[in-house]
Amino acid sequence: MIDLSLDRRSLFRGAAALTLAGAFPAWARSGTAGLHPAPGILSGEDIALTVGETHFRTGGRSGHAITVNGTLPAPLIRLKQGQMVRLSVTNSLAEDTSIHWHGLIVPFQMDGVPGVSFPGIRPGETFRYEFPVRQAGTYWYHSHSGMQEAMGHYGPIVIDPAAADPVAYDREHVVLLSDWTPVHPHRLLQRLKQMGGYYNMQRQTLSGLLAGKDQSLEERLDWGAMRMDPTDLSDVTGATYSYLVNGHGTPENWTGLFQPGERVRLRIINASAMTNFNVRLPGLPMRVVQCDGQNVRPVDTDEFQIGIAETYDVIVQPTEPRPYGLIAEAIDRSGLVRATLAPRAGMAAPVPPLRPRPLLGMKDMGMAMPAMPGDHGAHGSGAAHAMSGHSMSMRDPSVAPALPLGPGVATLSPMPMDRTADRPTGLEHVAHRVLTYADLRALEPNADTRAPSRTLDIHLTANMERYMWSFDGVKLSDGADPIPFRHGERVRVTLINDTMMPHPIHIHGHFFELVTGEDAAHFPRKHTVNVLPGGKLSFDLTADAIGDWAFHCHMLLHMHAGMMRIVTVRHEEAAA
Amino acid sequence: MMRVAAILMLGGLLTPPAWSQTMDHSHMDHRQMNHGAHTAQPAVDPSADPHAGHVMPAAAASMPAAAPPPIPTDHAADALYDPAVMARARAAMIRENGGMTFSQLMVDRAEYRAHKGGDRYHWEGEGWIGGDINRLAIKSEGEGAVDGALHRAELQALYSRAIDPWWNLIAGVRHDIRPQPQRSYAAIGIEGLAPYWFEVEAQAFLSDRGDAHLRIEGSYDQRITQRLILQPAAELNVAAQDVPELGIGAGLSDVELGLRLRYELAREFAPYVGINWERRVGDSARFARAAGEGASTTSLVMGLRFWF
Repeated sequence: MIDLSLDRRSLFRGAAALTLAGAFPAWARSGTAGLHPAPGILSGEDIALTVGETHFRTGGRSGHAITVNGTLPAPLIRLKQGQMVRLSVTNSLAEDTSIHWHGLIVPFQMDGVPGVSFPGIRPGETFRYEFPVRQAGTYWYHSHSGMQEAMGHYGPIVIDPAAADPVAYDREHVVLLSDWTPVHPHRLLQRLKQMGGYYNMQRQTLSGLLAGKDQSLEERLDWGAMRMDPTDLSDVTGATYSYLVNGHGTPENWTGLFQPGERVRLRIINASAMTNFNVRLPGLPMRVVQCDGQNVRPVDTDEFQIGIAETYDVIVQPTEPRPYGLIAEAIDRSGLVRATLAPRAGMAAPVPPLRPRPLLGMKDMGMAMPAMPGDHGAHGSGAAHAMSGHSMSMRDPSVAPALPLGPGVATLSPMPMDRTADRPTGLEHVAHRVLTYADLRALEPNADTRAPSRTLDIHLTANMERYMWSFDGVKLSDGADPIPFRHGERVRVTLINDTMMPHPIHIHGHFFELVTGEDAAHFPRKHTVNVLPGGKLSFDLTADAIGDWAFHCHMLLHMHAGMMRIVTVRHEEAAA
Repeated sequence: MMRVAAILMLGGLLTPPAWSQTMDHSHMDHRQMNHGAHTAQPAVDPSADPHAGHVMPAAAASMPAAAPPPIPTDHAADALYDPAVMARARAAMIRENGGMTFSQLMVDRAEYRAHKGGDRYHWEGEGWIGGDINRLAIKSEGEGAVDGALHRAELQALYSRAIDPWWNLIAGVRHDIRPQPQRSYAAIGIEGLAPYWFEVEAQAFLSDRGDAHLRIEGSYDQRITQRLILQPAAELNVAAQDVPELGIGAGLSDVELGLRLRYELAREFAPYVGINWERRVGDSARFARAAGEGASTTSLVMGLRFWF
């Protein structure tokens, strides 16, 4: 009963959204049969894109949006590995724009970062991107100007392999996740600078303490002594965000069709500005076959966390003629979006209740600790006590001697651990399978398995109260030096998260091999990696792309707070 | 410059990177997801280690430590686009990623104080503009009788500098319009967030007549629910000397305690009710009594906290 009424309502709202937002691109429309065949997909060697603006509405929220070819999300660009492509981008906005092809290996001057790879696209101008398509897989594109990617300027890219696809499937859908608020991203950043916890409506309270929820009084005092908030999981939350699948909120119920028994490939892209999602399809196991456009050995799971800007391709095989929910839940559990896979249009999967908001624990502070029995291991009072005795150890300069300990560095992880085999934040104790980075193995052996010739440590640093974010305690705007690489050199880069929030770190123009275990030939290759709170991870980077490249946290507001660097790749003699 | 451009063209455009060659040449036909039988790939990168593919030790201790290359002084895109145009774009990009200016205007208290002997209004607020470290701030507080007379009005203009993650150094000037005679002060202090989330501010003032004062304020936001917040607050004023014309006695001159319960309809808009207790101490109390005022005042307060 509930499902039916929800469904009817959502159909109405869906219709309203369509009229208000203009048409969705065909692939993103609800009730789509999938990408084969679908009209309106942009293919071929010459593709024209126009960046414009419109009014967008989902559920009860509406506001100004940036569009590409009049739609939010932007059109699907479908290319073939080995082809050339010319993408003419016309700017019909009153401000500069740009398009960055996220994960595509392109010459640096085609990478689309104003001030790094090119000057940007002025109002009224057309810029022609031109590059060979060297790779296959699921990618996406977005603006790198004026925070437009927080306002709808994002779309999917699917590149079909030149050879036969090692992934077998009968039908495919693009599932592009995003977060939507009518509040302008400059205003979001302003609010967070004024009050770091502005959007956190799930903090610990006195009524919670009296009801026996969350931390004990003792733990609250221990954390309070350090001015650290265990509920600080996301900066911008469901308090202002609606979460979208292909531009559809839960009420609009984006629906992708299937025939029972088919192998359905879901190309899942997190195009959010500020939201890491936990993704699951209740009752439907997933087989992960690709991550960041790179094929991986198939691995079965029930839930995975997708960092901002990551992509995961999964195969699901629904066998019953009933609707299945695709649930993307914000990691702070402040909201979710439900989409539906169904045998026919007009069906709606149930919307599960939000799971309880998790609390950050000792490991998220970078305090290695032995596993403790039971759920309370993550924030056990015993451990909290061990820590409260040396609260100075949360900012011990000897942990990172080269790092300037200014106002922008509130904490340093005293004992950061490699967390690539850890379940991600908030999924530590769920009762089903959860994907970790350590589960990912490259399908094809990596081309470059040389041992790195040097190492490079980069600290991810922050002060949540002042809403300052940086690498190595220095914001880009502080006159930060570029990070130099020699052309062709292989470097082991270690990212150390000194904050209590996961950071999806992205390097432009390159893939890197994430160091998980000992089998270097099958380290997963990625363009973006989510570094868990208080943890560290290493990747091996072959600096094979000459030029200047952006390197940044893909939390859009973290980048705009300064968590960014320019990476340079030069021939040794040219750099001298 | 030409040389750089040529290298870029060659390196960036013409030579496919090693990994893409692997993709091109080594794709096997996997119709089914059965990947048990992989053979080793030929190394296609000419610079590859001859022992490529061997198991690499993951321990960082065994990692060689070659020196990083020098930091280039050129910008790659300058070889392909007008360097002046790139310089402008680069400056904008750098400013947008950490260098933006923000501001806030916070009226912490705009309240009505009901008590015996005539109701009053009271305000307290501050505004700031600047970046993460350096800011210009203004503060104001004051009080008047609802029937007209302005009793106290103070305005401060301050430079604020973040000196560590939690504390700001503030220095500037304060001018008191009321009480009369008007006074101007030099002001220096710190403000910030103490352990256990206490908001604390301490300021020392030196007037143009040479009298010195110290003010210490603290408050704590106790969330009862996500929107209902109980805020205990305290203020102490200490004077280094008697200032009879302002009714201030040497030593601890007054204490103010408040308890306000606000409801955040929005974060930036919260009505509140509470009580406020002020007690003049020592010579200040004597001065007050001499002027026909009580040394102690308890008020019921209602007001609005708002900011933008």
